[in-house]
Amino acid sequence: MPRKPIKQFSVEWLQILDEQGQPDRPLLPALSPKEIQSLYEWMVLARVFDEKALALQREGRLGTYAPVRGQEATQVGSAHALGPADWVFPAFREMGVGIVRGIPMRMLFQYWSGDERGSEIPLHQHYFPTSIPVGTHIPHAVGAAWAAKLRKDPVVVAVYFGDGATSKGDFHEAMNMAGVFHLPVVFICQNNQWAISMPARRQTAAPTLAQKAIAYGFTGIQVDGNDIFAVYKVAKEAVEKARAGDGPTFIECLTYRMADHTTADDASRYRTEEMLKPWIAKDPIKRLRKFMDIESLWTSSYGEQVRTEAERRVAESVKEFEAQPPPDPADMFRYTYYELTPPLKEQMDDLLNFLKDREPKKE
Amino acid sequence: MPRLNIVQAVNQGLRQEMDRNPAVIVLGEDVGLDGGVFRVTEGLLARFGEDRVIDTPLSESGIVGIAIGMAAYGLVPVAEIQFMGFLYGAMEQLISHASRIRTRSRGRYHCPLVVRTPYGAGIHAPEHHSESTEAMLVHTPGLKVVVPASPYEAKGLLISAIRDPDPVIFLEPSRIYRAIKEEVPEKEYSIPLGVARRVREGEDLTLISWGAMLQPMVAAANHAATEGISAEVIDLRTLSPIDSESILVSVRKTGRVVIVHEAPRTGGLGGEVAALIAERALDYLEAPIVRVTGFDTAVPLPKMENYYLPNKERVLQAIHHVMEV
Repeated sequence: MPRKPIKQFSVEWLQILDEQGQPDRPLLPALSPKEIQSLYEWMVLARVFDEKALALQREGRLGTYAPVRGQEATQVGSAHALGPADWVFPAFREMGVGIVRGIPMRMLFQYWSGDERGSEIPLHQHYFPTSIPVGTHIPHAVGAAWAAKLRKDPVVVAVYFGDGATSKGDFHEAMNMAGVFHLPVVFICQNNQWAISMPARRQTAAPTLAQKAIAYGFTGIQVDGNDIFAVYKVAKEAVEKARAGDGPTFIECLTYRMADHTTADDASRYRTEEMLKPWIAKDPIKRLRKFMDIESLWTSSYGEQVRTEAERRVAESVKEFEAQPPPDPADMFRYTYYELTPPLKEQMDDLLNFLKDREPKKE
Repeated sequence: MPRLNIVQAVNQGLRQEMDRNPAVIVLGEDVGLDGGVFRVTEGLLARFGEDRVIDTPLSESGIVGIAIGMAAYGLVPVAEIQFMGFLYGAMEQLISHASRIRTRSRGRYHCPLVVRTPYGAGIHAPEHHSESTEAMLVHTPGLKVVVPASPYEAKGLLISAIRDPDPVIFLEPSRIYRAIKEEVPEKEYSIPLGVARRVREGEDLTLISWGAMLQPMVAAANHAATEGISAEVIDLRTLSPIDSESILVSVRKTGRVVIVHEAPRTGGLGGEVAALIAERALDYLEAPIVRVTGFDTAVPLPKMENYYLPNKERVLQAIHHVMEV
């Protein structure tokens, strides 16, 4: 018997705004001018936050920091597609998502300064704490979606990760379970094309990451991650599909990590200026601004006002962050278990007594 | 009162907790239709349905990772990993996440999950089915580690593990799953975590162990009694958090100690127990502390496992040794 194809698949790509900000009008998502402006304002705020964080790190006022630069459309566009009761499971480079979800920037600065109180994210924001080990948080999102489904809560869970995470086993295990059990998850893969020094082609021989979803039995789509309308539109469709009980979606947002991996990295060791240049032209903020200009939604005074307001809010957050008293060393023990165990209580008392003995004697 | 084995006692404990609390769910490989490879979850699927008794894909890290998400969302998942030797695929989830969700979120999220897994050698199984690497788990702050040694203990400790607000690893001694039957009340009851049990009262020396090793240890203690040696036997029950006080009270009384575990000696929990005694009760010791343990080798395949596993004779030899000093 001759061989014959038994299944054929294709992977879609979506771009709505080209690099000049020219829209493919029939594809434009239904967004009011006011909403478009607020998307722009969120992206600028994320950029200003990022720049401030880098500056603070250089001055020794922040610890190691992982910059967002270049990924603002991916983060703001997808976060805007979520409802307030939906859940976010971030990795560690999702400050843009956090800002849209209303996480106080004071806390983001605190977290990156190494202050654990920066993770006291208010529960109602449904934003899980930062997860550093790459890809290992993806199953948590799937488990939360499963719990929500069992409880009949009409919520969707969005999980963020990068191209590097798709090489990890937990990515596979989570995607597989989400497919088998048809869970309300939106997998948002920010393919920023770098996992520290390794380009995406070192993560996979597959031409797209989006196609990986096919193997798990659900839709994967690649979007221009620097086009906020494409990201928003695809994310919105995926969220609605998940909420309707029609299962998970994998979204590959093709974007670019414009900065170093973290402040402890030096991308010039493995990446040339020439490689970066085309992506400066594709800057997601510039692209939306060009579109807004075409649509008469942007003036230079508006642009200045947005920037000034973002700078004011960020400066205020820095002030709040730096006004925090130092953490209480007992906090190290307090959250290990629901109640201090006897061995931990002993260890805590040892430390506190040691510290007390060293305090300068009051006259 | 009905006499049950450990499999039946754990099954009953699971069923009663699922009856009592609709948030309790069971997930794992072959736990539903098949009732688990050791039949510990038999009958649960029929009673609670597939929303609460979930046959998962073959996916250890996925099972534990997903259980973490479920627990953080408000369910109380009881995950089964078929053998402790297959838990290693999920160690990153346990060490990097389950144990830290509470700390990382400063108490905003917690992770009340139970991971049940059969552990230990002596069941004539292939490679990887005989592991006893509890010390790796005990070394992970944020986890609790519980090892029952009998049917009555298994039910009471499991119920406490399920009700505990923190992640608990529940190591079931597969070697004695069906070997012992004892009276287990039908009524639900719990045994507090973190409290050791004195299995046998004695004056001359203290024997300390947990799980499947209780059997040879008690047999050795009984034999020693015929020689006029009065051994006190302590079952730690909860390895983390450890009940230091019960150990110290006994050692201060007897002054002699033998610690037994089937895990490899180096870095095993016996070392921690010995250090605790050295720090807090050295003045009371009348002989060096002796450990009877597995060896620093891979657990051998069944033809050699009886050389590896501590048995009554090796424990007895250790008893004679500490008594002669």
